[in-house]
Amino acid sequence: MPLTLERVPGQEERVILSMGPQHPSTHGVLRLVLELEGETVVRAIYDIGYLHTGFEKSFERLTYSQDITLTDRMDYLAPLSNNLAFCLATEKLLDLEIPPKAQYIRVLLTELTRIQSHLVWLGTHAIDIGAMSVFLYCFREREDILRIFEMMSGQRMMTSYFRIGGLALEPPLGWTERVERFIKRFPAKIDEYEGLLTRNPIWMVRTQGIGAISAADAVAYGVSGPSLRGSGVKWDVRKAEPYSSYDKFNFDVPTRPEGDVYARYLVRLGEMRESVKIVRQALDGLPEGPIKANAPHIVLPERESMKTSIEALIYHFKIVTEGFHPPTGEVYQSIESPRGEFGIYMVSDGSPRPFRCHVRAPSFANLQALPKLIEGRLIADVVACIGSIDVVLGEIDR
Amino acid sequence: MNAEAQNHPVIQRLETLIPGAVEEGQVFRGELTLWIPAGRLRGVAEVLRDDPELSFKYLSDLTALDHFPLEPRFETVYHLYSIEHNRRLRLKVRLSGDNPGVDSMVPVWPGAIAFEREIFDLFGIQFAGHPYLVRILLPDDWEGHPLRKDYPTEGYR
Repeated sequence: MPLTLERVPGQEERVILSMGPQHPSTHGVLRLVLELEGETVVRAIYDIGYLHTGFEKSFERLTYSQDITLTDRMDYLAPLSNNLAFCLATEKLLDLEIPPKAQYIRVLLTELTRIQSHLVWLGTHAIDIGAMSVFLYCFREREDILRIFEMMSGQRMMTSYFRIGGLALEPPLGWTERVERFIKRFPAKIDEYEGLLTRNPIWMVRTQGIGAISAADAVAYGVSGPSLRGSGVKWDVRKAEPYSSYDKFNFDVPTRPEGDVYARYLVRLGEMRESVKIVRQALDGLPEGPIKANAPHIVLPERESMKTSIEALIYHFKIVTEGFHPPTGEVYQSIESPRGEFGIYMVSDGSPRPFRCHVRAPSFANLQALPKLIEGRLIADVVACIGSIDVVLGEIDR
Repeated sequence: MNAEAQNHPVIQRLETLIPGAVEEGQVFRGELTLWIPAGRLRGVAEVLRDDPELSFKYLSDLTALDHFPLEPRFETVYHLYSIEHNRRLRLKVRLSGDNPGVDSMVPVWPGAIAFEREIFDLFGIQFAGHPYLVRILLPDDWEGHPLRKDYPTEGYR
């Protein structure tokens, strides 16, 4: 029996409408049940779970290194952010220090991830509201970023490039020029998107004053990321609890006080500009040195050394067949993913597999605010509101 | 309770406001964990949210652990964050394996509503006072609770 709303006695003329799960504006398989009075939404509930694949159970039967590949597949628009959160949590558990070069490349790539995730959001959000052409512009630049990912990791989307203790591979020759070329061109492209939307009267009428949420409500519902900063709360995990040497970077956290769809749009555009700044600083200040931590019992040895050194061969055999044993304990590590606070709660019982690994998915919490955004509004505003909180169903259902 | 936890400002503040509520405290990798008796959770949660020196208004995460076959079998885990003081706190409540249940935190943090439904769905823990406790990720005719340790990861049951 699918989830539905009960009719209110005396209000039998109201329509109960099931929207989704196969609706183009729900970005995946989100189903909403709306009670309509004419065109006005009176009540709304959401129905999720269509993409549930039991990642949290799978984490418990794979080793720590194998689990990284699962994190890619949760939020498929920000695989590198998820990799980073998982690696940082495991490294915190192991108390492992990561070389500065690896930290900088991690920062650089997660910021590119933020840009490409926001580009997909902007393109699809604009299509939902009726601005078709923005989508093509956004996907043009997203393709450039995916090519950089492919160059670095061999994969466009399911990268698994960050590993426990550093990075999977030394980046190939010429990668800095590719990134350089992209960030030189990109700020002008953001101006192009803004030229299409920011002062566009149709866009402004469809987004300004729509789906407003107050700062206190947003905090109470656990909303984080750009959706929270659109309500004027200046909280960003990168600034509040810097990880992976974010404290060495100079950037602003854009906020808007209005809390409506337009405010969230402006915050995300501002974030893309800030991300470009961070990528620029990471490129300019890129330290020299190794890309993997000096921890032979955790980090796989170089292929060459395995051919000459018996220790390297033994460590390789142990890590691949058994995995490593972290100390017993529990840690919680959160990062600022493109959608908000992405947290990993990792519990270890000393065995090579996590005892429990829970994912705090930002979309899962942000979606709770959706009924609050759309109740009392017109049904045409519902798609604008869904788009504005930027949900990815893969990480909601996990 | 280790010495680092003993001197932690959050524990000291809680001891002055509600003496005896903290069962146990621990600091691991700089993260503070507190164990609270299930009966006192609601009172502690309200103090943690409303006291201006603590002000844990943001419920970051809510999940559960299954220690099968040990008793008490379950633990619910609350990750709190104070945006004002930039401070994190982990609360834990131990629950027995026989008909596990605890007070719902929805009246304190409305954001708990989906997280508690998820725990109910995947662990089978009841939340007293939850406005709408039904399965959220699995179909409502699903048998069993997959994140319990006695639920197999592969094959048929």
